Amino acid sequence: MNLADIREIAAPRAVVWSAILDAEVLKTCIPGCTELTGSATDGFEAVVVQKVGPVKATFKGMVEISDIVEGESLVLTGHGKGGPAGFAKGSAKVSFEDLGDDGTRLSYDVEAKVGGKLAQLGSRIIDGFTKKLADQFFERFQEGLEDPTEFDEGAEEDDKPKKGWIGRLLG
Amino acid sequence: MAADGGMGHATKRREDVRFLMGLGKYCDDHTPAKTSYCAFARSNVANGKINSIDTVAAAGMPGVLAVFTGEDFAEVGGNPAGWLINSRDGEPMKEPKRPVLAYGKVRHVGDAYAAVIAETLEQAMDAVEAIEADIDELDAVVKMADALANDKTLVHDEIGTNQCFDWGWIEDNRAATDAAIKAAPHVTTLELVNNRLVPNAMEPRCSIGEYEPGTGDYKLTTTSQNPHLTRLLISAFVLGIPENKLTVHSPDVGGGFGSKIYHYGEEALVLAAAKKLNRPVKWTSTRTEAFLSDAHGRDHVTKIELACEKDGTFIAFRTETMANVGAYLSNFSTVTPTFLHGTLMAGNYTVPNVYVNVKAVFTNTAPVDAYRGAGRPEASFSLERVIDKAARELGINPIELRRKNFIKPDQYPFASAAGLEYDSGNYDALMDALEKRANLDGFEARCAESKKNGKLRGLGINSYVEACGIAPSNLVGILGARVGLYDAATVRVNATGNISVMVGAHSHGQGHETAFPQIVADMLGIDPLSIDIVHGDTSKIPFGMGTYGSRSLAVCGSAVFRATEKIIKKATLIAAHMLEDEPENVDFTDGDFAVKGTNKKVSFGEVALKAYIPHDFPIEFIEPGLEETAFYDPANFTYPSGAYGCEVEVDPETGKVDICAMVAIDDFGNVVNPMIVTGQVQGGLAQGIGQALLEHGIYDENGQLLSGSFMDYAMPRADDLPNFVVDHSNATPCTHNPIGAKGCGEAGAIGSPPTVVNAVIDALQRGGYDVEHIDMPVSPARVWAAMNA
Repeated sequence: MNLADIREIAAPRAVVWSAILDAEVLKTCIPGCTELTGSATDGFEAVVVQKVGPVKATFKGMVEISDIVEGESLVLTGHGKGGPAGFAKGSAKVSFEDLGDDGTRLSYDVEAKVGGKLAQLGSRIIDGFTKKLADQFFERFQEGLEDPTEFDEGAEEDDKPKKGWIGRLLG
Repeated sequence: MAADGGMGHATKRREDVRFLMGLGKYCDDHTPAKTSYCAFARSNVANGKINSIDTVAAAGMPGVLAVFTGEDFAEVGGNPAGWLINSRDGEPMKEPKRPVLAYGKVRHVGDAYAAVIAETLEQAMDAVEAIEADIDELDAVVKMADALANDKTLVHDEIGTNQCFDWGWIEDNRAATDAAIKAAPHVTTLELVNNRLVPNAMEPRCSIGEYEPGTGDYKLTTTSQNPHLTRLLISAFVLGIPENKLTVHSPDVGGGFGSKIYHYGEEALVLAAAKKLNRPVKWTSTRTEAFLSDAHGRDHVTKIELACEKDGTFIAFRTETMANVGAYLSNFSTVTPTFLHGTLMAGNYTVPNVYVNVKAVFTNTAPVDAYRGAGRPEASFSLERVIDKAARELGINPIELRRKNFIKPDQYPFASAAGLEYDSGNYDALMDALEKRANLDGFEARCAESKKNGKLRGLGINSYVEACGIAPSNLVGILGARVGLYDAATVRVNATGNISVMVGAHSHGQGHETAFPQIVADMLGIDPLSIDIVHGDTSKIPFGMGTYGSRSLAVCGSAVFRATEKIIKKATLIAAHMLEDEPENVDFTDGDFAVKGTNKKVSFGEVALKAYIPHDFPIEFIEPGLEETAFYDPANFTYPSGAYGCEVEVDPETGKVDICAMVAIDDFGNVVNPMIVTGQVQGGLAQGIGQALLEHGIYDENGQLLSGSFMDYAMPRADDLPNFVVDHSNATPCTHNPIGAKGCGEAGAIGSPPTVVNAVIDALQRGGYDVEHIDMPVSPARVWAAMNA
């Protein structure tokens, strides 16, 4: 399946760019990611736990960043094997546009593919599932970058990353 | 004459007592001492290069006894296709090896590349997950047109093409058919898809291998429709186990529908593993494995043209079909789209010109093979859909158009333009019965009633003829069959007068245990309950070819008949000896042997006892014992036919189709047990309606099976089906077998899909929608889209 979306993030382009190349940021933003090691140049190894319809699986795989045009665009590619659940792979082409004082416009184009039991049992819901994952990823990413004061920090959101955490993380 | 339970009697199925009480004993109910369990590692990708398979971790898992990969079977033979098809240019078909386990490449999702044997099933399944397979996913070919159009993405690299064969039938008629179509005043053309089906027998496949080191004997307990054929394939082609060292036992089997005709790699694997481990090895398919690895059905893409005169007289049928054979050639996969399809393309009609071209195509999908009807549903669907369209274009009532072209009762035997010789039939009588039983006079009134309720009502008509009882060995041999297609029966009269009948046909829902004794009981004038059928075990039964193609009664039943005739002949000799007269003076009626014109007689039971206590036999003339075997090879196919009618209501708001009435008028020749026949038709109708409205095996562009569970693959349920009207009283007996039976197992699945689709199109046309065709399954979404196009 394919999906595309645009987000405007209230942070300078350089900050957004360096954030997406950071292992800790990726780990926190990738939904269900329990482990992520490595670097943008060598690629990341990741463990992701996800439930697709009736199939819950632990995916072990690689996240690679390629087609880097410094500050402009890159492609994130992930490939995970879920054992008996099958496999999932996907890529996101992400572009960064400098909006000056308004921050950065992030455009992304996601393509995802599943195989094995995931396809046999989960194909009906895979489109919606992919959209949900992509939305979650970029939502967390956006929240992490934007000024915490713009958001209510409710107690019920303890399980979510603290607002503006990427800024603090990257110093 | 058996007063109750002889030929023609609707005796209740005796096997149902066992099945309904949960006392059936299926493969998985067999667990020999020390059984170990097998689980398979199956490909998640549709096309992939196997770089390496690391089994070290799996082999070290708790309880694991052995791990096998394709490499272990690289030296053994491939599982062959049972029928050689030559292309139009005379080239033999491409026949790439089908290994026990994938080796070098995986070619469809579900292709098994490794197997684990462990103490428990759970341990085996856990160990499968520990197998590290390094498989590079390659581009897959899924659509047949794509597969034929490219020579880069190949299912089998070694054959250099994805085309298995390009077959023409009858090639010598091609030019004449082309010329006739070119010159015809009217040509109707239709492009259609015969949707891929997943068989989904209630009982999934199961195989248990056993080995006796003391004797070197193997035993395979397996879900098979034809245990001798499976043994032959394993012995002669795959593992090379001598036939006399291999017993194949197929016990109670919960449905086959074609999918259990074939030999599968899992059967060879459990045998090889049993020998290596010196322990029984059992594998039972999960439902997911069944979806992925059972041979699927249908999957044709067809263009058909019907040329006719302005008055509707048929001049020619020309068909171009692409037939999907999937990733490997399953045993009957090459005959199904060719001789079981092309030879039926003259239908019930006197049409003089028929030409059929079939290209068989390899794709990265599960193998496709015969499924209930096997080629004939595809033929009937193409013919009866294009005839319906032609009727509309010509402004002729679809029933009248068919009648105009029907072969008439005085024309038999009739040589069809597609190469078969129909022996008997009366298609007008069937259509008469349909018009009456379907109450077609009242259709317009029902139409008006539906309209009042906001529904569109339509009427679908179909007439079919099929070729069953496959078949005469001499004919199929000429056509490329690599086996004979006779069947066999042994009638063993025991000393106390009861009888065991050992048959080559296998019963997996057909009711042989009830129907076959009816034949013997009728001929011997004895109680059918004193007769038992033995089937499914190669160590007990004569070499028969099994059950498929609606052949059990017509072929194996005829063997039972012939063997019983031999019994009567021998028993007459014994009776004459007992009655101290000449055999020609002894008559056999109602279970008694009597000297003509006297009251001297002996009963069948007395003769049976005498046969085994031959104290005073003239042994130079009469051997002791009363046991006879007959191998029966038919002189021709049998030709069941039918006229079907269906009324549907379409909801124009949602596109949902409801079947209001389904009438099946069939000619099966002589019927042994009308209740069983009715049940067979009902089941066939349910499957045919399933194909027409619900079922669809769908692969995505990467070769992933999307309809891989009952959540996504819609099986017909009771509330999808109306009460059927089933009538097989208009019989014209088969002229060449002793019973006069034609076969009934597949008819419902052949006759119903075009009937249903014709009805849906009729409903839309009557409702003012210009829709000429909707591909099956005719789902609400497709109907709605067609209406709103």
